[in-house]
Amino acid sequence: MRPFWSGTITFGLVSVPVNLFPATQSSRAALRMLGPEGEPLSRKYYSEKTERDLDADEMVRGFEIDKDKYVIVTDEELERLAPEKTRDIDLTKFVKAGEIPPLLFERGYFLTPAANSEKAYKLLAEAMKESGQAGIATFVMRGKEYLVAIFSDNGILRAETMRFADELRSPGDVGLPEKKKVPAAKVRKFETLIKKKTKKTFKPVVDEQTQRLLKLVKKKQAKRSNVVEVQGEEREDGKVIDLVQVLKKSLAGR
Amino acid sequence: MAARAIWKGELKLNSTKIPVKLYSAVTDRTVRFNILDDKHRMRVKQHMVEPDSGDEVPTEQIQKGYEIEPGRFVILTDEDLEGLNPEPSREIDISEFLATDKITQQWYERPYYLGPDGNEQDYFAFAEALEKTDREGIAHWVMRNKAYVGALRAHEGYLMLFTLRNAQEVISAEDLTKPGGRAPTAKEVNMAKHLIGLLEGEFDPADYKDEYRERVMEFIGKKAKGRAPKLAAVRPKRATASLDSVLAKSINALKKGKRAA
Repeated sequence: MRPFWSGTITFGLVSVPVNLFPATQSSRAALRMLGPEGEPLSRKYYSEKTERDLDADEMVRGFEIDKDKYVIVTDEELERLAPEKTRDIDLTKFVKAGEIPPLLFERGYFLTPAANSEKAYKLLAEAMKESGQAGIATFVMRGKEYLVAIFSDNGILRAETMRFADELRSPGDVGLPEKKKVPAAKVRKFETLIKKKTKKTFKPVVDEQTQRLLKLVKKKQAKRSNVVEVQGEEREDGKVIDLVQVLKKSLAGR
Repeated sequence: MAARAIWKGELKLNSTKIPVKLYSAVTDRTVRFNILDDKHRMRVKQHMVEPDSGDEVPTEQIQKGYEIEPGRFVILTDEDLEGLNPEPSREIDISEFLATDKITQQWYERPYYLGPDGNEQDYFAFAEALEKTDREGIAHWVMRNKAYVGALRAHEGYLMLFTLRNAQEVISAEDLTKPGGRAPTAKEVNMAKHLIGLLEGEFDPADYKDEYRERVMEFIGKKAKGRAPKLAAVRPKRATASLDSVLAKSINALKKGKRAA
């Protein structure tokens, strides 16, 4: 599996080349679309005008400026629109790691050292851990600008992408009613209840819907009902990727 | 203009019930493109085809299958899949509370506001109690045929509900192995800490703007008028050699910058 992005973290004048991989994955069971005989199908784009399927090089990206009127934008233009300094993760600010509101967090990625950068990588991770700080930066990746917070997590650098301020709504934007003054006794009643029901640690839940699906699959398989087999080639696209193994390899520099 | 609620439910806390409406707390500002047929400059459509013949398979003939081993599928009918859905409910059940620093960033997925839908006294009292105790509740609910787990938090006196990722969705750094190689020296770590200290500040999200989005929109505007500017090509760049001297240079540069400011 190729990294989602490869680039450089800069910190003062220190450069740390890194690879970036997702730190989250889908828990849902991937289902394939099959034809009437159980043969795996492919998704194709086609032109409504000619009703012919299109290859990747017959399609372009367009921004609709008026009804059915588009401005075409190429991959190259999107790449060139990012000024050089925005292609790196330039850590120009550090903040206390625990003080970023969860409202901002979108998605996590692990950063692994690339091109013999282990030493600088370890130095940054260690210094961030000892000072309890997270680094803040913006950078452009795959045609989109990201605001990220970088955390030192168990000796590994983890980037969390964050929402920009203009992507968040305030209670006023949503139209929530004015706050009401409430009797102190009522608040205390809830405080007591909250404290009584407080636990020490967070226990993640499992995706029960997927568990139920896998159980049903096993049952059907045992009964040999609704099982179809197709002869022929093994496809690459259907393979399940073990992200943990990919990350372990990349962290070990392999 | 007030936003539309996307769901209605009832917070359940022992015997207290607080009716609430759920609103998205985020607006998507991503620049959206359409995929076009290059020749006719029209939007493309999608369909499913048999890979060998290229023949279209109509929706009503498509089956869904789970691949148990390469080339072997167990067919799951629409009925099978519906049978896996959780029981529909309007209840948001709060099972327990945690101190607000117990759940790490990786778990938070999407924020929603909960607005009161009657019983405003309990709504605001509960929000205030969460704020004062510095706790968040663990919530469980079913919305649109999907079971969710979430974190219920107070924000500016109102209640917010965050969907949380499940155990299989999050990869923990504890399951990985940190990179090998020589550990940095104490001197290097101290210099790096010094450098971090010089860059330390308060975090205000309003300080950051998606400038790239603005550039893309400006470029599209110019191109629409037939005045697209020439864009410079992208050049690759290279890395640092000696950490010690580079750290010292960085610290000096920052100190000078601070004095000048």
